[in-house]
Amino acid sequence: MLTQIPTQLSSIVDVDDLTVEFHGREGTVRPVNGVAFSLKAGEVLCILGESGSGKSVTLRALMRLLAPDRTRITGHVEVAGHDVLKASGRSMAALRGSTISMIFQEPMTAFDPVYTIGDQIAEMVAQHKGVSRRAGRTRALEMLELVQVPSAKRRLDAYPHELSGGLRQRAMIALALSCSPRVLLADEPTTALDATVQAQILLLLRSLQQELGMAVIFVTHDLGVAAEVSDRIAVMYAGRFVETGSVRDVLQDPVHPYTRGLLSSTVHGQPRGTRLQTIPGSPPDLRMLPPGCSFEPRCGEAIDRCRAAIPPPYTLKSGQCVRCVHAPQDLVPAE
Amino acid sequence: MAITFTPAATRHSDRGGPAQPMLIVENLRKHFAIKADRIGQPGQTVKAVDGVSFAVAKGETLGIVGESGCGKSTLARLLMQLMGADDGSIVFDGDAVGEARGISVKELRRQMQMVFQDSYSSINPRLPIRDTISFAPIVHGMPKTQARALANQLLERVGLDPRQFGGRYPHQLSGGQRQRVNIARALALSPRLVVLDEAVSALDKSVEAQVLNLLSDLKDQLNLTYIFISHDLNVVQFIADRVLVMYLGRVMEVGPVEEIYKRPRHPYTRALLGSRLSMDPDERMATPPLSGDPPNPVNPPSGCRFRTRCPFAEDVCAGTLPSLADVGGGHQAACLMADPRSGHSRAGEFVEESLPC
Amino acid sequence: MTDSTLPLARIEIERSAAVERGYWRSVLGRLRHDPTTLVCLGLLALIVLAVVFAPLLAPHDPYATGISRRLKPIGTAGYPLGTDELGRCILSRILYGGRISLFMGTFPVAVAFVIGGALGIVAGFYGGRVNMAIMRVMDVFYAFPSVLLAVGVSGALGGGMVNGVVSLILIFIPPICRIAESSTTQVRNLDFVEAARASGAGAWPILRTHVLGNVLAPIMIYASGLVSVSIVIASGLSFLGLGVRPPEPDWGLMLSTLRPAIYVQPWVAAMPGVAIFIVSMCFNLVSDGLRSAMDVKM
Repeated sequence: MLTQIPTQLSSIVDVDDLTVEFHGREGTVRPVNGVAFSLKAGEVLCILGESGSGKSVTLRALMRLLAPDRTRITGHVEVAGHDVLKASGRSMAALRGSTISMIFQEPMTAFDPVYTIGDQIAEMVAQHKGVSRRAGRTRALEMLELVQVPSAKRRLDAYPHELSGGLRQRAMIALALSCSPRVLLADEPTTALDATVQAQILLLLRSLQQELGMAVIFVTHDLGVAAEVSDRIAVMYAGRFVETGSVRDVLQDPVHPYTRGLLSSTVHGQPRGTRLQTIPGSPPDLRMLPPGCSFEPRCGEAIDRCRAAIPPPYTLKSGQCVRCVHAPQDLVPAE
Repeated sequence: MAITFTPAATRHSDRGGPAQPMLIVENLRKHFAIKADRIGQPGQTVKAVDGVSFAVAKGETLGIVGESGCGKSTLARLLMQLMGADDGSIVFDGDAVGEARGISVKELRRQMQMVFQDSYSSINPRLPIRDTISFAPIVHGMPKTQARALANQLLERVGLDPRQFGGRYPHQLSGGQRQRVNIARALALSPRLVVLDEAVSALDKSVEAQVLNLLSDLKDQLNLTYIFISHDLNVVQFIADRVLVMYLGRVMEVGPVEEIYKRPRHPYTRALLGSRLSMDPDERMATPPLSGDPPNPVNPPSGCRFRTRCPFAEDVCAGTLPSLADVGGGHQAACLMADPRSGHSRAGEFVEESLPC
Repeated sequence: MTDSTLPLARIEIERSAAVERGYWRSVLGRLRHDPTTLVCLGLLALIVLAVVFAPLLAPHDPYATGISRRLKPIGTAGYPLGTDELGRCILSRILYGGRISLFMGTFPVAVAFVIGGALGIVAGFYGGRVNMAIMRVMDVFYAFPSVLLAVGVSGALGGGMVNGVVSLILIFIPPICRIAESSTTQVRNLDFVEAARASGAGAWPILRTHVLGNVLAPIMIYASGLVSVSIVIASGLSFLGLGVRPPEPDWGLMLSTLRPAIYVQPWVAAMPGVAIFIVSMCFNLVSDGLRSAMDVKM
């Protein structure tokens, strides 16, 4: 599994064989089952998946944001040279916000409703950088201007609920970027936004990423969002990356049947009155995953081999990495 | 398999004939009063729906699009008579709703049903889904055994095996399955018009496609008319025959789907269409088509609601409330630029912008 | 038939074994894995049986006094829990007294559950003026501490068991009503009630089918927690001489009459208190267990 993505020396995030288990009263749920990838500085990876695919849990595991008493995380996660799964609670707290930072779908989860936006950014900066509150406040103003909040000076003293949805999202990005993190984790940050606002926020994130040279892991269910912001895409299904590759290859030349199904079932300019190509059925129960390929029960191309064992990742000529027993045929050049 | 389910049109008589629109909405208005924060401060009003008029022809799908706060969900609840309108009239197949010689609200609710967005809160968690579906027919006087049989047929029709699913509770179903139950419930009274309020928005893409296919099948088989409310322009383009664009409680533009998507006349519609993501990494968006958030629906701008974000706004836009003007092809836009006599400097001049479709 | 039915059904059959259970059966299933609640339920069942079959189990007549055997300690031959200040068998009196105490614990709560629940559901469902009228009256009752209210009502009506029950019912109606009102208000605003209204249903079918099922569980859980409170307050009333009158055996009354004996036989004097403690503890723990067992994802 180490070979899934060619590891390079300059990689800033290294994940190997990451698994996450939740122990609840209804049994053990396995949302992440052996995820491996690495990310170079300044690269944008999109984890694309539907609800229950484990994409958000993967993201939270990278920051160890899951409740420790009910969760078991195994594998290896390294962010900017720090072993995240072995780090002490203290060093983890120092890491969060400064080296690795996160933005959420709902900005209200990132802000405390009883403090002003400016105070919260200043507090964060003061804590991580050890500077005075005054310097923190200057930084906060700088950050709000960076994320293009209009009349930033006035908004510094606004409470989170006083801002509109789009501004709140910008303020949260300012908070997350205030300590110049090297890795930004984005958990569906534009899903709850209106179309016109989503376009603005996506473009803002894209330009900030290029300007600041951060590595970004962007979790989304929306193919359009992935196409807009990412360099590479990892398609996730039932806790595994079933296909990874460059954004062009995955979107224009998908190999895994799930990726192909996802693309064809997404409504996007199909002629009216035609039937949409769908993926039948629904995703598997994460409490009892099939022994073989998790997509096999819904797959039109399933054969006996699919049921026997989890397909290993095959690396294709294009650089795509696919977990499908049919993939090796693509290893042979098409001509 | 033998489905003995009678198509809707044969159950309820087609009173007005094929030319009579299924639904005519005239000048519908709903304002909500907000209590003042402080004593002495005047209370404010949210103009959720502010003079909306449109018609839905029999057998067509009218798509209603708009961003949050544009009043599309309030509109759905007004149509379903779940809240009373402040002003305006609704005519269902030629009969005025709630008037002496018109159609009663109870009868309207047999002929017009709604599918809700949130499949969690819209199904009773304590009832087996078969009982959820048979509830309405029993209320309308159908014997219990017959209603249960009908519920089974409907489950079958929406793609759920009644023997397997009938006795299940909502928390035992996936989101897509719950939305199928929601649709089955709406069909239980054999309605002629179904209001779908963001009915596929919460679903995953692969499931969304299944439900959209199901909706098209049901429409053909049962001769239904849809009002399809959504914020997803791609889905509306796929499913709707005509599209109505709302912004802050008012209709901005209405017309056949090809007209709206190929020749949008309202700057807001153009911005909305331009905000769609391409799904092609080689055609990334360069600049956002619109800046800022939709304004708060409390105390919206005077005149044209869109003028605060409109690149073409002029002084005249603040003073005049544009009404829907015909621009040809069954296409109407509420923009002063679409009206040659409005006094706007670009009035009558059609800003031809090719849009990638 | 839609394109997706067949494969969908196939996957579902594989899954169905695990999920094909009704709501109440799943509650029972969860209760089965909760040892605390099970033990408490078992203990309560034992206590109820013991109390019902008191005539068979009690070693002595609970009213039989005997000057020669006053205040015997625990473990005395024939009197396993000792005797009281009049020489009556404590065990027998606790067994017989449990009949009254358990009755005083459950009956007022049950009646208050019906009255308060109904008022609260009506207030929550109709809202507006109806809600205002009902809830403001409840607030008036709420303004007094419950024990004080019970003492006041019993005092005004005069002592005796019937008046004790009446005063207990009165003090339990407001809190139950308030819980019922708030859970009904919550449910009323959910889309499935809206959907039921959109189907043309009137108030009663909606209440019966959609509201009751969703609000009874929280009200019941809350009320079950009140049983222990009721036992304690009823005991308190007897203790003050406002509830059951001597020589009837009642746990609270026993505690009161044994008070002077606390210096002579402290353990014997504590026995009725232990009984009250065990029963109310069990009711509280069962109520907690029910709460978590009934809490399903919506």
